[in-house]
Amino acid sequence: MPDNAQRSYKVIGTRPIRHDGVDKVTGRAKYGADVMLTGLLAGAVLRSPHAHARIRSIDTSAAEALPGVRAVATARDLPDQGSRMVELGEGSVNMRHLSANVLAHDKVLYKGHAVAAVAADNIHIAQEALKLIRVDYEPLPPVMTVTEAMRAGAPLLNDDVVTQPAGNAEALAESKPSNVAKHFLFEKGNLDEGFARAKHVVEREFHLATVHQGYIEPHNATALWHADGKVSVWMSTQGSFTARQQTAELLRIPVSDVKVTPMEIGGGFGGKISVYLPPVAAILSRKTGRPVKIVMDRAAVFEATGPTPGGVIRVKLGADESGKLVAADAWLAYEAGAYPGSPVGAGCMCIFACYDIPNARVEGFDVCVNKPRTNAYRAPGSTQAAFAVETVVDEICQRLKLDPLEFRLKNASSEGTRRVDGPVFSRVGLVETLQAIGNSEHYKSPPGGPNRGRGMASGFWFNVGLKSSVTATIGCDGKVALVEGSPDIGGTRTSIAMQFAETLGIPVEDVHPAVADTDSVGYTDVTGGSRVTFSTGIAAVEAARDLERQLVSRAAELWNVPADQVCYTNGVMTAPGHKATFKELVAELHETGEPLVGRGTSGKANQAGAFATHLVDVEVDPETGKVQILRYTAAQDVGTAIHPSYVEGQIQGGVGQGIGWALNEEYWYDDRGSMRNATFLDYRLPTCYDLPMIEPILVEVPDPSHPYGVRGVGEVPICPPPAAIAIAIAQAAGVRMTELPMAPHKVMAAILAKSRPGNGQPH
Amino acid sequence: MAKKRIVSTTINGDVTEFLCEPRQTLLEVLRDTLHLTGTKEGCGNGNCGSCTISMNGRPVTSCLVLAVEAEGADLRTIEGVARGSALDEVQQAFLEEAALQCGICTPGFIMQTEALLAENPDPTEEEVRFYLAGNLCRCTGYDKIVRAVLSAARKRRMTAEAAK
Repeated sequence: MPDNAQRSYKVIGTRPIRHDGVDKVTGRAKYGADVMLTGLLAGAVLRSPHAHARIRSIDTSAAEALPGVRAVATARDLPDQGSRMVELGEGSVNMRHLSANVLAHDKVLYKGHAVAAVAADNIHIAQEALKLIRVDYEPLPPVMTVTEAMRAGAPLLNDDVVTQPAGNAEALAESKPSNVAKHFLFEKGNLDEGFARAKHVVEREFHLATVHQGYIEPHNATALWHADGKVSVWMSTQGSFTARQQTAELLRIPVSDVKVTPMEIGGGFGGKISVYLPPVAAILSRKTGRPVKIVMDRAAVFEATGPTPGGVIRVKLGADESGKLVAADAWLAYEAGAYPGSPVGAGCMCIFACYDIPNARVEGFDVCVNKPRTNAYRAPGSTQAAFAVETVVDEICQRLKLDPLEFRLKNASSEGTRRVDGPVFSRVGLVETLQAIGNSEHYKSPPGGPNRGRGMASGFWFNVGLKSSVTATIGCDGKVALVEGSPDIGGTRTSIAMQFAETLGIPVEDVHPAVADTDSVGYTDVTGGSRVTFSTGIAAVEAARDLERQLVSRAAELWNVPADQVCYTNGVMTAPGHKATFKELVAELHETGEPLVGRGTSGKANQAGAFATHLVDVEVDPETGKVQILRYTAAQDVGTAIHPSYVEGQIQGGVGQGIGWALNEEYWYDDRGSMRNATFLDYRLPTCYDLPMIEPILVEVPDPSHPYGVRGVGEVPICPPPAAIAIAIAQAAGVRMTELPMAPHKVMAAILAKSRPGNGQPH
Repeated sequence: MAKKRIVSTTINGDVTEFLCEPRQTLLEVLRDTLHLTGTKEGCGNGNCGSCTISMNGRPVTSCLVLAVEAEGADLRTIEGVARGSALDEVQQAFLEEAALQCGICTPGFIMQTEALLAENPDPTEEEVRFYLAGNLCRCTGYDKIVRAVLSAARKRRMTAEAAK
């Protein structure tokens, strides 16, 4: 088991300049929209103006006749999928739904749903052609909230969706079509006995808005259907192998006939795993024999991709007199969007993960509504859950007059705690993050001043392992080309190269990492689940060890000594009477024998999970309800920080998104189910003028399942902010916010409601 | 389709002529016609600042400028910031402070920062945050970007000091 206190690293823990940095600050780095190919056509997508409608007919003849238009595609050009489920690395997906999401079949299920596509000589002609496509719609009533969608007799989105049970949930006797796609139930202990023992019980209901990942780079794809039937795709994706598989399955061609080249990716946060454009561009390319590039505009990104679900959560907690949590009950209903697949299962598993509670029950529902099909967003499902449970925890502390830090320490999950859904934690660092906050300078200095308050909240995310592949080729000059399959979304080329360099005992500057296409590297799962530095890191360590074994045996041959007398440490090979540095040895081996190529794979190891505890000070303007973040500190168990700057960056970025989610971000819909704020400023991403410096505290509790103790860091930092801010608002303004976002008008309404005579807590 | 126009500009110090339709934005021409793809498009409506370039010394979002408006203009894009292969202080500071993650907003931030430092060589943190508020970054929470800008300003002042 790694113990960082006793190990000293040469490369790990340092802060080298990232390998791809120069290209990114000079504008040289090539992103998906930058792809240029001979004969390239511009593609554009026609999108539904209705939130819910039946498509009676589509007439594309006028568009096809426009000069400069080369091809038009609709769902009729997509192969029939039948009703088959396919495992896509992120759970199994009904291919009929995935196909209908790419180009609508007989119904549109959200405003912005793709209906047809055009390839033309330039984007302006393509856009003109879209206006010439006649779609005859029969509008249907839209269903926009989980509450509406779950009601008996609600308009039905998909006639092939019936409620599937999961966990301890029982199948319904009657399996008729429903908007509820899945019903989760997890139980532990005896809930009634638990609540009977509780001295203090608090129950609250929370309402959450739909939010978007908000990556700055729109989705894009360029496809070329070669004359031999092979398909090349260049795109922005978090997972080139899942993009390849989805594209192949949607086109019903062999998976290895598709080559996906992941271009530089301009943010994803979970939203660039599902495929939207590649099959459409591929069909247009097949029709024209030319490459076709499609880039979404920002409105399409908001209206047709992402988002992460809104919904309703009810939480009931019971604590005994000593302040020990004895019972917990939660009910979660998340929007799936148009097709099944919200992260409500993850929400159920995360909601009580920070606490060791003997008796608990969690029930969850995946509910179809007329919004874009939801996708992962940084710790998918957990942030909503943390907002609900942490707010109730704070109210329990208030009732018991217990310090929130002491309460959390008393009830915190640790090694051996069993989650409500079954798994038992191995070595995790929640307690350490709580202690780190308790010891911080921030914690020790009161926020001071009127209308100010402080909030603390914790959060959990699983982190995953999954599969990765790496190859490493040693050049004659002793530098190493490191080829990996993980799209680099935030500096992972460097964190992988650092682990490789550490293992092989060479400088990280001598490692040249590259992200390769799906034909040039072994299978690698998505850049997601906070897994790249962990799992692709293990593959890189394995590749370095493979090379070390080769070097030792080749040195033994070269020096004519038994292999067991050859020793390689810190980049130096020694044997009785012989000594050579890595570079000297490599130069000699290059002259005398075969090339040195190492390989490494991972897939067995799984992560222990990540915890974070955040502390925030806010000021609430009593005149406007506007909340200003004054100070923010985030403590997180990061296992071992490979490149501390980029670990800090993940934490700061997650907090920034969490603050936006807490205070401003939401989809506004009108009564026709039309999103009215599909631009960055109306949706209201945080700007740098909204945020303070964000102080990260890196708590290092090494994960025993990684050779250097790496723990994924990317996701959990988004979980605590909405809860911590709600708690701070409660302290500052005396109002408990139970709805996200806590925008000025909502905070103001709560303040006014409180001051009205006869009114207690607002709901 | 309206007739194409010839537009004469100076881009990164080079006299450059291009042919464009009146409806084309300067961003589209920079990227698709001149292949200066370092300038990025994030929103197409001036919200995100990814397409920021310098036009006659002022920062503009090139998605909101028509290409024909660039007649006679002196333009500078991210491709013209480094001196040959030597990065300037802002680029160097973004690398050293780890101020980029995905990097898509980085060219816009660097161009906006160049404009800020030309106007105000010694900005406070508040002034940096105000001047850069039109540039959106979704990855970093802005912390390291603000630090990079302050660090670049410091370095540039020291260089100017030393040159005196």
